[in-house]
Amino acid sequence: MPIEQWVKPYGDTMNDGRIQVSFTLPVPDGDRAVEAAREIMFSMGLTDPVIAWHEALAEGFTFFVAYGSHEKGIDYSKIKVQTVDVHVMSMEETDAMIRERFGRKIRVIGASTGTDAHTVGIDAIMNMKGYAGHFGLERYEMIEALNLGSQVPNEEFIREAIAFDADVMLISQTVTQKDIHIHNMTELVELLEAESIRDRFLLILGGPRVTHELAKELGCDAGFGPGKYADDVASYFVTELDKRRQARSSMSIA
Amino acid sequence: MATLRLNWDKVAKAREASSAIADDVNDRLCHFTTVTVERSIARLFGIDGVDKYDVPLSNVVVDHLKDKNVLGEGVAYWLAQGVLTSGLSQQKLAEGIATGDVDLTRLEQADPYVCSIWAKKQAQTALERIRRNKRFRSDRLELFGERPSPLLYAIVATGNIYEDIVQAKAAARQGADVIAVIRTTGQSLLDYVPYGATTEGFGGTMATQENFRLMRAALDEVGDELGRYVRLCNYCSGLCMPEIAVMGAFERLDVMLNDALYGILFRDINMQRTLIDQSFSRMVNGAAGIIINTGEDNYLTTADAWEEAHTVLASQFINEQFALSAGMAEEQMGLGHAFEMNPELKNSFVYELAQAQMARQIFPNAPLKYMPPTKYMTGNIFRGHIQDALFNAVTVMTDQRFLLLGMMTEAIHTPHMSDRALAIENAQYIKRAMADFSSEIEYKKGGLMERRADQVLSEALELLENIRVDGLFHALETGLFAGIKRRRAGGKGLEGVVAKGEHYDNPFVDLFLEEQRGVQ
Repeated sequence: MPIEQWVKPYGDTMNDGRIQVSFTLPVPDGDRAVEAAREIMFSMGLTDPVIAWHEALAEGFTFFVAYGSHEKGIDYSKIKVQTVDVHVMSMEETDAMIRERFGRKIRVIGASTGTDAHTVGIDAIMNMKGYAGHFGLERYEMIEALNLGSQVPNEEFIREAIAFDADVMLISQTVTQKDIHIHNMTELVELLEAESIRDRFLLILGGPRVTHELAKELGCDAGFGPGKYADDVASYFVTELDKRRQARSSMSIA
Repeated sequence: MATLRLNWDKVAKAREASSAIADDVNDRLCHFTTVTVERSIARLFGIDGVDKYDVPLSNVVVDHLKDKNVLGEGVAYWLAQGVLTSGLSQQKLAEGIATGDVDLTRLEQADPYVCSIWAKKQAQTALERIRRNKRFRSDRLELFGERPSPLLYAIVATGNIYEDIVQAKAAARQGADVIAVIRTTGQSLLDYVPYGATTEGFGGTMATQENFRLMRAALDEVGDELGRYVRLCNYCSGLCMPEIAVMGAFERLDVMLNDALYGILFRDINMQRTLIDQSFSRMVNGAAGIIINTGEDNYLTTADAWEEAHTVLASQFINEQFALSAGMAEEQMGLGHAFEMNPELKNSFVYELAQAQMARQIFPNAPLKYMPPTKYMTGNIFRGHIQDALFNAVTVMTDQRFLLLGMMTEAIHTPHMSDRALAIENAQYIKRAMADFSSEIEYKKGGLMERRADQVLSEALELLENIRVDGLFHALETGLFAGIKRRRAGGKGLEGVVAKGEHYDNPFVDLFLEEQRGVQ
């Protein structure tokens, strides 16, 4: 049994549990609204609520900025998360590893699939320039990157991946309203499985609302959310492809 | 307002090159029409409604003619033939085509000259309808007075028009001057306009004529209550560009996004198709007194704002010439640009200020649309709110006409009601606090800002001179804008381009050009 390790939010003193919250209630501003906001805080398990600010946003809507304490806290020792657990390499290291282990370029195809018109995510990972000082996959000498852009239907994406003989499929999903990204990903995985080619590609999902856990649930191999760059993604797929390569070769020896 | 010393010789040369670029495109495309241009004419002729499969009757009519390989003569010609020989109204004819009872190509032939007279008369009726809307707008603006710059432009994007109305009214009461209803993702690629009020959409709401009408009525109501005219904005872009322009003209929209280059680059719409569509949609917008918004700001969401600033300016020059060739007044050209430099860059604010000020001076009569940061919005809403504040400062200092409200929750979700309220509060504070700031300062001669403006202007001129040599299509093929390459015959919608036939006549072209000259 791990040793319990209880933690509470930190305001300015250890274990004060202070949390800031802002929200809108569809009620007119006034004393009743403030009391309603306090009740919301209590029902969230926050004690000692202070409504620091309230104002009418529109007729019948009130905005609150509130502070409260989370007295119970959580046992940090019990927190387990699925993360992409891989040593992040520089572009040069990744190129060197591909050269040494594969002796050929790794082919990566990417798109914002379905009706998603946003390419900010896939561009940040794939475009030559990259994002925030992290070069994109197009800059890697040992990676052949093909960015199909936005609004690529799943069927077309699969067709292009086969034609490109891709090792890795990168899917970016930015619009997540009404869980459209989940429906879209489920469809992609089902199409690949129907064609019995799911194992042919590493499937990697990215987007502002994506976690590794969600991606795994949806049948992808990995998921990358905010704050991840091309080097994170490349390190993952090169390491994973290498693992699979080794597994295959040891199987063929046996 | 403090001004920069610009090299006006370079500005003149850039305009000259852009004019040649636009003329070249127009010369290549003037012999063609498209399915959506023809559907626009059907709509202007009053054809409305859908068939039993929910296909718009404008599509039914145009598909009918296309199937018979006679669309090249134009919808105006065939409807005139139909009405004159059958005695039925154009609406009844369309309904008859939908049920299979009417075949326009099998009716008796009427004299083409008589047909053109009939078409001109119908066109005049449509223009009267549009004029009534223009009068209503100008009466309201006169009654309430015009709003000072910048106009605060807020978006709603719930997917449900009725929910949009709740949010739009709230935003107007909070101080928004323009309400833009974001379209559902994917609508730009539909080759028809959905019909009726809609409540399902992703990242936005369907642009339908009924949705336009509902929102217009709601904004008029709240505007009358507040004593100001609240402007309505939507998108006439994508594969149905001119049709949505017609819907906007009929339902009194005030601002419409309209940019073929944007559709080519970011939606992979065929360049020939959309440039033909754009030309007519700008005539419609122009005649209806609608301000267009162009999409240059989007280049910087993929390309770097420091390195590629000149492509924004070059595109503004080209868009200006396309608008001029469609007869549009400068006062209706809401050219776009954006505050998208990396906040880590030293002096990024100074360079953004230089770019915005330069655009303001080069296009002095254009109601410029200035877009807030999106690319470097991280989810850290506290930093985001400050980035938006700096953006607001540039907007106020450089007297931009449309300030698209930056949301601190950009990159997280479609705006909550409180996000919008805080954005409006932020903008209003800076508008008030910095009201006369730029008339109290002068920019340093030969300083960082003037040098930056000159660099961007020089690079834009060089780019335009290069495009002029091989033409715009070639430039798009080689990826000169936003780093994206598009093929001349690639992309979506080329099958909807049709060569004009012997009897082809679009009676609205001359009428709308003349109407716009009247405005000027």
